[in-house]
Amino acid sequence: MSDTTTAVTSRPSVDAPAPITKVSIIISKGSLEGIYPGLIMANGARAEGMEANLFFTFFGLDAIHAKRIEHIKVATVGNPAMHIPTLLGGLPGMSALATHMMTKKMDDLDIPPISEFLEMISDTGAGIYACKASVDMFDLDKDDLIPQVDDIITVGEFYEMAAGGQIIFT
Amino acid sequence: MTTTNLTTPTGVTSIDLTDDGFFVEPSLWTEAMVVELAAREGVDTMADDHWKVVRFMRNEYLTKGTGPSVRALGKASGVSVKDLYLLFPKGPAKVAARIAGIPKPKGCI
Repeated sequence: MSDTTTAVTSRPSVDAPAPITKVSIIISKGSLEGIYPGLIMANGARAEGMEANLFFTFFGLDAIHAKRIEHIKVATVGNPAMHIPTLLGGLPGMSALATHMMTKKMDDLDIPPISEFLEMISDTGAGIYACKASVDMFDLDKDDLIPQVDDIITVGEFYEMAAGGQIIFT
Repeated sequence: MTTTNLTTPTGVTSIDLTDDGFFVEPSLWTEAMVVELAAREGVDTMADDHWKVVRFMRNEYLTKGTGPSVRALGKASGVSVKDLYLLFPKGPAKVAARIAGIPKPKGCI
């Protein structure tokens, strides 16, 4: 099957680019579709053995807000990919309906709710951080956030923590 | 793909691995290979929980055709997600799949 035979396992092959060893993922949006991609990427990074840290800033803070975490919704206005007219998307209950349909579908695929997903991501050893400027702006403190939050940090501390890895903004 | 020689208590077996270290032919795997495969993954001692996870991965693959993701492992193997990462710091599903001689588990969660 192969014409390459080596005595020891050497992987990845010599020509492969250097693997990513660390990611710092910023979640800046508070909608369902704005939060999940970053969570999936952080969880996936840990599953691949990479170091991963999650940073929640601006409306992304809702994802780690103890009271708001259970009320995250799909945005049905200003989202052409919803394939419904903007005016319809603005009707009362449309966002709740779209959220219900999407969470049902995700549950069928065994994608956990945001709160459970964050617990799992914390258990994988990934760091979970809140942006200090945003926490101050929304008049929050650590008690308002879910217990999985490791710390509230400044942008400078974020860059120190992200050193040597890739930064992903969502 | 690379071919590697695995030393087991019963002798040396030549095994084909994919570029990222998974068995090309899972049927060639035996439990006797586990200790050496684990050592190559940085797992120097196979504790009971390591065995539990590796055997679970193997059984899932044999019954379902694919190994479980970390989430599925945490829910069904009897070992928590937290402990899975302590046992296999470089990625529980991925590393245990290499040790269990099965393909890389598919799935994003």
